[in-house]
Amino acid sequence: MTNDSAEHIVSYGKLTAVWVALLVLTTATVLVTRVDLGAGKVWAALAIACVKSGLVIAFFMHMKYEPRLFRAILFVALVTLATFIGFTFFDVLYR
Amino acid sequence: MSHIEKDTLGAKLGMWLFLFTELLLFGGLFILYSVYLARYPQQFSTGGRQLDLVFGATNTVVLLTSSLSAAMAVTAVKRGERRLTLALLSGTLGCAAIFLVIKYLEWSAKIGHGIFPGSAKLIAGAPGESVFFGLYYLTTGLHGIHVVIGAALIGWIGIKVKSGAIHTGDNVSLENVTLYWHLVDLVWIFIFPLYYLIL
Repeated sequence: MTNDSAEHIVSYGKLTAVWVALLVLTTATVLVTRVDLGAGKVWAALAIACVKSGLVIAFFMHMKYEPRLFRAILFVALVTLATFIGFTFFDVLYR
Repeated sequence: MSHIEKDTLGAKLGMWLFLFTELLLFGGLFILYSVYLARYPQQFSTGGRQLDLVFGATNTVVLLTSSLSAAMAVTAVKRGERRLTLALLSGTLGCAAIFLVIKYLEWSAKIGHGIFPGSAKLIAGAPGESVFFGLYYLTTGLHGIHVVIGAALIGWIGIKVKSGAIHTGDNVSLENVTLYWHLVDLVWIFIFPLYYLIL
């Protein structure tokens, strides 16, 4: 199942399409933060950064084609980071 | 052809585990950034407006392109296109060089204006501003070191592709090096909005 013959090769076309999407999202993030949205622009910029990261991880880093175990440990790492961020802000904001 | 068994999956899993430690390392810096942003919103804003958006945006495009080139190199090596693999890896190296030159210009402009950790200007200024620039130098500096290491690894892997040690049947080390390179890109995807855009 995981031998080399079943290895997934991502086509040049698909990679280029992902790159174009990343450039479009970069333009979007620059534009959206030029508008005065207050705290909204922080969330918009972070949301776009998360989408960009998702594209890089899924296609450039082949996560989409790896076994489920890889996604499970990615999930654990992200939950760990989110926990750190969450508890830090519980402390900082309600001190 | 040698008959050494290679555990490709295990090698990649190990690389991913290492990348998670990197994620937590930079994650810590981003937490530090957001806590201080909450404490000194005004001064972070003043600091952030002094960063050059054109430099930041150009470097974003350069890194995204370098990542495309690295990802294509993996496709090329798996399809047995050795020349193309080498050309694409050179492309990534070229982008890394452009990135570092731009970073150099950016840092030297800031230092020329008396903005660097411990400078008289920052010591005399508001505390939030020196925290902002301290974090700016720490985060982009650590990221810059990663760019240098990533570029060195890409160069090393290029030599192995050229010598034929990495080929269609055995290319997991090339894959792992490109994974490292993509991590460098991922970190920049967050540095760019946090330091250059939202303030």
